[in-house]
Amino acid sequence: MSATDGSLSGGDMSVGHVEPQGGLTVAFCATLKRDLVLMLRRRSEVMNPLVFFAIVITLFPIGISPDPQLLAAIAPGLLWVAALLAALLSLDSLFRADYDDGSLEQLLLTPQPLALLTLAKVAVHWLLTGLPLALMAPLLGIMLALPAGSYLVLALSLALGTASLSLIGAIGAALTVGLSRGGVLLSLLVLPLYIPVLIFGAGAVQAAILGDGIMAHLAILGALLSLALCLAPWAIAASLRISING
Amino acid sequence: MTSGKGPLRVESGRKSPFLESALSLRLQAQNLACERDDRWLFRGLDLDIRAGEIVRVEGPNGSGKTTLLKILSGQLADYEGELYWDERPMRQARESFLSNLLYMGHAPGVKAALTPLENLAWYQAMAGQPRDEAARFAALEDVGLAGFEDLPAGQLSAGQQRRVALARLVLTPRPLWVLDEPFTAIDRDGVGALEQRLVEHARRGGCVLVTTHHELTPCAELRRIRLGGGGVDVGN
Amino acid sequence: MWAFINKLRSPKWFYAISARLQPWFWAAALLLIGTGTIWGLAFAPADYQQGNSFRIIYVHVPAAFLAQSIFVSMAITGLVFMVWKIKICDMAAAMMAPLGAAMTFIALFSGAVWGVPTWGTWWMWDARLTSMLILLFLYLGVIALRGAFTSRDSASRAASVLAMVGVINIPIIKYSVDWWYTLHQPATFTITGRAAMPMEMWAPLLIMVLGFYSFFIALTLTRVRSEILRRESNKHWVRELAGETR
Repeated sequence: MSATDGSLSGGDMSVGHVEPQGGLTVAFCATLKRDLVLMLRRRSEVMNPLVFFAIVITLFPIGISPDPQLLAAIAPGLLWVAALLAALLSLDSLFRADYDDGSLEQLLLTPQPLALLTLAKVAVHWLLTGLPLALMAPLLGIMLALPAGSYLVLALSLALGTASLSLIGAIGAALTVGLSRGGVLLSLLVLPLYIPVLIFGAGAVQAAILGDGIMAHLAILGALLSLALCLAPWAIAASLRISING
Repeated sequence: MTSGKGPLRVESGRKSPFLESALSLRLQAQNLACERDDRWLFRGLDLDIRAGEIVRVEGPNGSGKTTLLKILSGQLADYEGELYWDERPMRQARESFLSNLLYMGHAPGVKAALTPLENLAWYQAMAGQPRDEAARFAALEDVGLAGFEDLPAGQLSAGQQRRVALARLVLTPRPLWVLDEPFTAIDRDGVGALEQRLVEHARRGGCVLVTTHHELTPCAELRRIRLGGGGVDVGN
Repeated sequence: MWAFINKLRSPKWFYAISARLQPWFWAAALLLIGTGTIWGLAFAPADYQQGNSFRIIYVHVPAAFLAQSIFVSMAITGLVFMVWKIKICDMAAAMMAPLGAAMTFIALFSGAVWGVPTWGTWWMWDARLTSMLILLFLYLGVIALRGAFTSRDSASRAASVLAMVGVINIPIIKYSVDWWYTLHQPATFTITGRAAMPMEMWAPLLIMVLGFYSFFIALTLTRVRSEILRRESNKHWVRELAGETR
């Protein structure tokens, strides 16, 4: 290939030739930035899962008993289950807006690997849902009389765990994005897959309360996250390609 | 790759910005068939689309126009037959193909909460172009959106949102355009301008694949493919 | 291998070959399940701890085996369908899902019934039963997802992806549930303990397991055959076939 027209046709040739490096990073960052801006313009959508988390946690003392001892015993599980459901709540909208306005098609048509670009969207979901939930959980832990010494572990395990939840959940969101009423189905699909994360996440907090070592739990949560990081993007990409033609 | 260099230059009569790509700009389909849920949308479709052509895909509703465009733009892998880009099988040439393609679907792909400028910034980055705000302003002006650059796209009319999407045609130079109903919601002046833009693109060595209910003005570059009833009628 | 895969592309070929195979599997299923039932219920010795109630093992264990195997087969056929676009495989996956769910339910139900004499309750959060319950949810998810799409082609692909995601998760879920169980209820009596079984006990069990597998293959063949006729009803060879038999 000659370079006769290089000056005029910067992007005409395959991006691989023109810009061997940087293409993916630029596209990834642009998608990350765009989605962050979009979410921050609709702050209520960011707030909703957090409010949901707080309300659900309020329901339990009312429904069960305000007895601090009883609450303390079930607090790790409650906090984890409620956070998990709150993270699930915002999942349905992860790809839906993109699907409706046509930008999902455009995302699918970039020469960059789709699997890696979807990671940008998942990262935004975690940053604006999982991470705030993790930061908020200790506050609600106080309300449930969570024993001291487990607050840091609660936040840490939630931060680690919700990242896996976002990745796994995105598969379900991608599979159901083409369906008009995918919300309930989405929960049905992903909740069973959430169970290992729940077991080790709540287990970590429990272990911290009992004074056992927590490193094993956190290490397993980390292992689950790395596994999800390796495999989920491909499943998300494949699911999106199916949904776009549904 | 080597043949066609001379004639193309003579024909276009001016230096093509797509010259290098145009030399190899060729999208072929051999014996293409698509079956959806046990129904043949079309079968036995042979296509040879080259630089300098506007190919209009025609057919009644449900005849598979959009599906054909999705197959030809590499979105749908669920087809039988062979696709070639630059005389290479599509599977091997996919990355090069996508780098030369500009696709616009039914939905304009414009985010309502972002301004036209921000929308185009994303497209610029996705196309691997450097950040260039001046180019975005120029593109928006070109499609008649000067003065609307900083309004959230959601506040614009449907036609204006479509124009934001059309600004990509100016912003991102790509030789192959695949446009599904690009005239939707565009006013009469806009339709004329867009039609002119398609012809211009073909004359400069680009290639346009389009579906539309709007009747295109006949010109030397225009070619029609008719789908419908499972059979295919390829006319010139 | 390639020749076989290419042959599988032809539903007509499969229809012919399965006609010859299915009587054998039906016969084997009938014979094995009959022998196993009579042997297991009438002749096998009673358990020294559980008495006659242990005999439910002859239903519970084969059903549980099948429940897991069917999910794996569903994922494998789904993978083959996605890679080679072989429709027979998708039909098989679609036909297997309800059977797998039914087997999971039988395993759960027989486990619950077994629980009455052993634990004195219909439900215990036993590790195996819990894993089975989650498996049932996974099956229901796959079936629901397949039913949610209007386009059957998209439904097939989506269900295949979900089955593959599920099959990667099943071992993770299983190990985490086992771990969770040992943590919360250390060293309780599990119904299907690994205690050495005398030959007179496990021989009928083996026969039952083989019988269940034959039943699964036979039923899948029969159901796939009718699905072939349904999906290919507008094809020439099916019309000819209908003409012949009329």
